[in-house]
Amino acid sequence: MPDVVFMLLFFFMVTTQMRDTSIMVQQRIPQATQLRSLQRKTLVKYLYIGEPRKIEEWGKEPKIQANDVFIQPREVIQWVNQEKSTLDESERDQITVALKVDNETKRGIIADVETELRKANARKLLYSTNLKSGEF
Amino acid sequence: MPRPTPDIPNASMADIAFLLLVFFLVTTTVANIKGLSVGLPPPPEAQEQQDIKIPERNLFKIQVNSFDNLLVEGEPWTGTNDELTEEIKRFILNNGADPESSDNPQEAIVSYKTDRGTSHRKFIEILDVIQKAYYDIYAERVGVTNEKWREIASDPEKYKDLYDRGRGKLPDGKLEIPMNLSIAEPTQVGQ
Repeated sequence: MPDVVFMLLFFFMVTTQMRDTSIMVQQRIPQATQLRSLQRKTLVKYLYIGEPRKIEEWGKEPKIQANDVFIQPREVIQWVNQEKSTLDESERDQITVALKVDNETKRGIIADVETELRKANARKLLYSTNLKSGEF
Repeated sequence: MPRPTPDIPNASMADIAFLLLVFFLVTTTVANIKGLSVGLPPPPEAQEQQDIKIPERNLFKIQVNSFDNLLVEGEPWTGTNDELTEEIKRFILNNGADPESSDNPQEAIVSYKTDRGTSHRKFIEILDVIQKAYYDIYAERVGVTNEKWREIASDPEKYKDLYDRGRGKLPDGKLEIPMNLSIAEPTQVGQ
């Protein structure tokens, strides 16, 4: 019995990844059916967009969160370059930005981010979605 | 006479292991990197200013306004999303049959325009519909399910042959059925 428990324990210890950022914006992720998964998880960098969780502190306007801070759309280029420098030189152009955007966010702010990503030459994009239940 | 080796009490070992197990079970989040994959066009300034007139018949226009209302080819859309997928598929694979629809899949462009006030939910919903049309076509060409195709597309190196066959890769590197999805800069009415 203890052996089995230990085995499970090791399994979870090995597979666990501690989340290093706490998300400060609302994240009601939209649903879709045509999901694709990404093979190289290390190449994926996240941007979180949505209404701040603490409205009294940050206001109701949707904000962009990168790592642990809120950034302005024009700071996206800087963020991309910073994230690119953490990757291997040969892989820098393969960086994929995953946008985790709240359902109720308006297209405007997302389009601004996309324009900046184009300028920063990070053109692989993934709109993070959940699988729509009830369909395959 | 050798001294007896002292024993470490191990009756509680299982309890401790259980406690740790529960801790890791609770804190584990399964990394979920799934979503709709799109490629952005090159940077605005790098793009040559070109005014190529694309014939109306080769454009399939989908517009969403700031109230999340859908306009397809200039008409309000009343059908379901599945019907819209079928409509897009017919447009792509028209091959000149209907003079109002596309010349061939290479020329056919699905133009998707939203407003700054469109919600992300609606944007994803319609993007999903458009991508389904293309994935269905690719999947059918290699005789697999839509689901299997997306698995193939997620790992093109592993399934290179199928991936190229589905999209119809020509000797010169072009595709027979490229995913010509143009996500236009949103209009400024809402917001």
